[in-house]
Amino acid sequence: MGGLIQHRAGVARHDAVAWGYARAADSLGVHIIQDCEVTGFDVKSGRIDAVETSRGRIEADRFGMAVAGHSSVLAAMAGFALPLQSYTLQAMVSEPVKPCLDVVVASSSHGAYVSQSDKGELVMGGGLDRCPSYAQRGNFPMTQSVVASLVEMFPSFATLKLMRQWGGIVDTSPDNSPILGPSPVEGLYLNCGWGTGGFKAIPAGGTLFAHILATGIHHPVSAPFDLKRFEAGTLIDEAHAGVAH
Amino acid sequence: MQQFPCPWCGQRAEVEFRYAGDAGVKRPGRDADDRAWAQYLHFRRNAKGPAQEVWIHTAGCGRWFVLSRDTFTHVVTGSEPMA
Repeated sequence: MGGLIQHRAGVARHDAVAWGYARAADSLGVHIIQDCEVTGFDVKSGRIDAVETSRGRIEADRFGMAVAGHSSVLAAMAGFALPLQSYTLQAMVSEPVKPCLDVVVASSSHGAYVSQSDKGELVMGGGLDRCPSYAQRGNFPMTQSVVASLVEMFPSFATLKLMRQWGGIVDTSPDNSPILGPSPVEGLYLNCGWGTGGFKAIPAGGTLFAHILATGIHHPVSAPFDLKRFEAGTLIDEAHAGVAH
Repeated sequence: MQQFPCPWCGQRAEVEFRYAGDAGVKRPGRDADDRAWAQYLHFRRNAKGPAQEVWIHTAGCGRWFVLSRDTFTHVVTGSEPMA
């Protein structure tokens, strides 16, 4: 038996962080238009003029595409393919119990992680489902594998019932690193391929993407993450990308 | 658990199979440029909806085949040996 403990690690509630960003952006004057689906791109001679949406046409000089889970679907609308494969990543919670676990436990060899929420529920998950999918529910074999791993690590949790289970779609890239920068369409910029690691890295990703959209050129940090790396053969060896939950 | 139809073994549990990629990806010739190689190695249709996929029956006959599957509904409409 062996293990590592990271004393300065913590738990952040990702939905609260997302709402915090949304509120801050809104108060700075950013328009967040909900229930507004992209239906097409107006591309002339390789340059984007406008995005067509279910709520009208939006024109701009530069567009950013940050649509985790559906990047390939939107790219196909704009006329190009991406080096991405979409999978379901599922998670589940148990019924609430008194405090019994004050750390996040992740085991690569078991393929599962678990922590306890403030409400007492055990929050758990594992790796990606085994087949490419856009169905936001998750397949049973992975649910079974996560629960079996958890019970192997904590036999006492076997008496708990699962209360909720859900799945989200993640876009994975060949080197498990994100893609940032220009797309094959002039004026359309990409921010995609974050796979399972999006939440932890997206504050930095957002800053880099804002720089790209404001200036039209890469920030030195984002340059290696350009789409051209797949053609140049300069794939990124990011240690533990995609597994370090 | 979902059952997948292996062209040789018939309906078997999905855990017996492993996904191996988009079907119909053509290997370029030796003189192809970097762009063509990148397209072959990395760029995928990644369709939402009906897809043709290569799967291998790892825990069964060990053979490759093409599975017609919808990536949104997960409905499987057929399978056939690799061309």
